[in-house]
Amino acid sequence: MADQVLDAKGLNCPLPILKAKKALKTLEGGKTLEIQSTDPGSVADFAAFCRTTGNELVEQSEEGGVWTYLIRKTG
Amino acid sequence: MSNVAEMGGAQVNPGVDPNTMSIIVTKGSLDWAYPPFILSTTAAAMGLDVTMFFTFYGLPLLMKDLKLQVSSLGNPAMKMPMMGMHMGMPNLVSAIPGVDAAASKMMKNLIKKKGVASIPELRELAVEADVRMIACQMTLDLFEYSQDDMIEGIEIGGAATYIEVATKSHINLFI
Repeated sequence: MADQVLDAKGLNCPLPILKAKKALKTLEGGKTLEIQSTDPGSVADFAAFCRTTGNELVEQSEEGGVWTYLIRKTG
Repeated sequence: MSNVAEMGGAQVNPGVDPNTMSIIVTKGSLDWAYPPFILSTTAAAMGLDVTMFFTFYGLPLLMKDLKLQVSSLGNPAMKMPMMGMHMGMPNLVSAIPGVDAAASKMMKNLIKKKGVASIPELRELAVEADVRMIACQMTLDLFEYSQDDMIEGIEIGGAATYIEVATKSHINLFI
């Protein structure tokens, strides 16, 4: 269970990333954020975002056109 | 080092922080407003220090009151999804008064429908993310704009101001 959940469904690039960044800002280090997105581009973008910022992409999955990402704030 | 291979990949000039980016913003139509604001907000979200320099037709993007329009005139690549296909607009039609306004309205509807951020929204996010915005003094003079017409928190500067930023930025883009 994530510490915080962000519903970014229906939002297009770059809004899922921008909203995720805002949500991560309010989280303490070590806590997790779950993001739900319908943007197919978010797959590549969240991977790049995590590689660049040092946050950990713990897991990701897709079901019925909704991608779910679990990110741990480490960056 | 004598060649690129020996350098073993990306090199940063000494003293230049790799997490820095500058963008020269030269275009102010609804469509061209997107790349600079998308890239600046995303770069800021990824931890980069970002500076935007607004010059010529990019300058009006700093105005409080944005009246953004798109034109299909001389833009053969602009094809809107309509009736199950993609339709362009002949220049002769684009030149008719009111067509730009209609095309702009259509584009804004699409933007909303597809969950794409509006330019005022992206600009607000850029301001929140502490993106540094510099308005070109010469353009202000040339087109008779006043700083009072522009949003709060911007700086005024010229070519030398931008060049100083560019020498300290790892990524420099011209849009």
